[in-house]
Amino acid sequence: MTAGSTAIVAHAEVGHAREGGISNVILGMLLFITSEIMFFAGLFAAYFSLRASAPAWPPAGFEGKLVWLPTAEHIIPVVTIATILLVTSSWTCQVGVWGIRRGDHTALVRGIGVTVVLGSIFLLMQAYDYTVLYSEEVRLDAGVFGTTYYTLTGFHGAHVLGGVVMLSVVLYRAMAGQFTKDHHDMVEATSIYWHFVDIVWILLFSTLYIIPNVR
Amino acid sequence: MATTALTPAATGARAGLYDWLTTTDHKKIGILYLVNSLLMFFVGGVLALVVRAQLAVPALVHYGFAAPGFKIVDEAFYNQAFTIHASLMLFLFIIPILAGFGNYIVPLMIGAPDMAFPRINALSFWMLPLAGLLIMTGFLVGGAAAAGWTSYSPLAQAKYSGTGEDLWIVGVILIGTSSILGSINFLVTIFKMRAPGMTMFRMPIMVWTMLVTSTLVLMATPVLTSALIMLFIDRNYGGHFFNPATGGSAILWQNVFWFYSHPAVYIMVLPAMGIVSEILPVFSRKPLFGYKAFVFATAAIGALGFSVWAHHMFTTGQVALGFFSFMTFLIAIPTGVKMFNWTATMYRGQLSFATPMLFALGFLTMFLIGGINGAFSAAVPVDFALHDTYWVVAHLHYVLFGGSVFGVFAGIYYWFPKMFGRKLGEGLGKIQFVIMFIGFNLTFFPMHILGLDGMPRRIANYSPDAGWSDLNMLATIGGFTIAMSMLPFLWNVFTTLRNGEPAGDDPWEGNTLEWATSSPPPPYNFDRLPEIRSERPVFDARHGLVGGGH
Repeated sequence: MTAGSTAIVAHAEVGHAREGGISNVILGMLLFITSEIMFFAGLFAAYFSLRASAPAWPPAGFEGKLVWLPTAEHIIPVVTIATILLVTSSWTCQVGVWGIRRGDHTALVRGIGVTVVLGSIFLLMQAYDYTVLYSEEVRLDAGVFGTTYYTLTGFHGAHVLGGVVMLSVVLYRAMAGQFTKDHHDMVEATSIYWHFVDIVWILLFSTLYIIPNVR
Repeated sequence: MATTALTPAATGARAGLYDWLTTTDHKKIGILYLVNSLLMFFVGGVLALVVRAQLAVPALVHYGFAAPGFKIVDEAFYNQAFTIHASLMLFLFIIPILAGFGNYIVPLMIGAPDMAFPRINALSFWMLPLAGLLIMTGFLVGGAAAAGWTSYSPLAQAKYSGTGEDLWIVGVILIGTSSILGSINFLVTIFKMRAPGMTMFRMPIMVWTMLVTSTLVLMATPVLTSALIMLFIDRNYGGHFFNPATGGSAILWQNVFWFYSHPAVYIMVLPAMGIVSEILPVFSRKPLFGYKAFVFATAAIGALGFSVWAHHMFTTGQVALGFFSFMTFLIAIPTGVKMFNWTATMYRGQLSFATPMLFALGFLTMFLIGGINGAFSAAVPVDFALHDTYWVVAHLHYVLFGGSVFGVFAGIYYWFPKMFGRKLGEGLGKIQFVIMFIGFNLTFFPMHILGLDGMPRRIANYSPDAGWSDLNMLATIGGFTIAMSMLPFLWNVFTTLRNGEPAGDDPWEGNTLEWATSSPPPPYNFDRLPEIRSERPVFDARHGLVGGGH
């Protein structure tokens, strides 16, 4: 090797020091999700702490407002359907990821496309649910019940919206053919984020809707 | 061959201001962090002088130099002054300046060409000046935040705090987001970008402290974000989180706030410990004593840091006193390990007392006092007596100023030659150290006695006959002495940048990889790396203990 090229090679070695193992992007996403877990932990802690010190939960006047099974007042449990759609979207997202791991572009585009649609429907259903609850006087300023409900579900909804935006970018890039079998870190990272958002919702749904109604 | 795209020429030639505004080079971003933080240090320092000047007034009345009723600032502005002083010093000076050192030095120390995510790195930085502007804009819109940097409810609620508080909340959320993104960047860089041979247990201690600090930021700061968002909802959208009258809890704020803010004190001091741990071995001409013990002690401090937050809340009567007291005392053990390691590093070393070493020794001695007076307040009965008195003000300044700020200046003097290729003047450096050391102790040592005498913190006035006049006068003189110590520093920086002594690549005969490249380093950091066979690769290469590098 000539002396002149030594610097270049040495530098290239430095730049690509660590081959193999987890990619920077995916590790970065996992760490970001760690911080998100702690963010939601703060909100959940507030919820449980306030709920524990309340004389009754749901407080007087809010009984039967958050339902997950059909009741006389709410024949169609919107939130349960939305939950089923969101859980399904995790599956469709993963189908897309498995597709690109095989190098199957069509599967990627289809999987992510369906996921974007399902995520958007979830957001629309959540917005509809908010309007119903508001008409029933469950408001952000209606005691700790309303404050915690809208803060927790609202910040989850914001994360779903963020996820839909990220998935849309993935979809656009997938349709432009920018991902391959070996180079699709963004797809992997976005799917991990989407699963995380899904898991948070399962925890929220259980905490807010199911557990208070179990007698 | 494929690697030609990475030749130095390909990094582009953007010049001047535009280059600094758009740079993604970790070294330039690091310097931006340092400059921005020092600007905030200046503003925060001026506010501290306002506080100290006002607290000298009752003393002046006592001596007959001022008429009763005279005041330099009114109580409302006084509250803003100490709130913004603390907010700027903690959130926009100490935390970011240490992150700035990390930014500059971590990739160099592990032999990487840059941080893992250079553009996110730039984003992290640029949130900080924006946040600082938001927080300080409060002064223009009817008063900045005045509820203390702790923003306890009900003081921080809409009934008692105006728009300045909202600006403060948004500003601190931005700073937190910047920190979180920065911590992800550090962790990925440290885990993934190390040069061949740089195993985890060959990483310099500074890198280890940044690793632990980043973990703390990653796990603690989001909880502060959630708390601030809840406070914002309470203030602006009729929320009830922290209002006991409607089922909320004021103590809840204290819990979520301190769950962040106690780990945050380690965020504010661990990297300074890292800086000192790099400097002591170099100026003792010995390796750091007990490298692995030091690493584990750092990790232990980080882990224990999450279990002590409620020692700030002993007097609320709402926390498990025994548990939090015990865990707090427990932290003294890993801290003691470090103290022992630092002392043993110097023992029988070939000591030389250049300015970085002096500031490092300042850190050691002052942080020791801060640790000891902190252990006093860890005892519940003592804390009941000392809570919210000037004792606490003395303690926190001994760890944060006596500790971290001395560490920061040690780092500035140590790495300035690497950053700018010129050595800061030793004479002016020593003058600065002496004035700062004397001023610091003059300011904060009397506060121990004031605290024991029962002087509460956060008051703008006290009776001239309370017996607190002399010590307050002393503290005020000390405060202005600290301010004076910045003059030789600024003059030193100014003259050195103009025509300082050229430093060469390795002016201190250092141990770690940043000394193996030029001063300042090229954009891609290294032309060649020495072989890495220990935690002191440059020492090994200098003494022929390894091959010539590759």
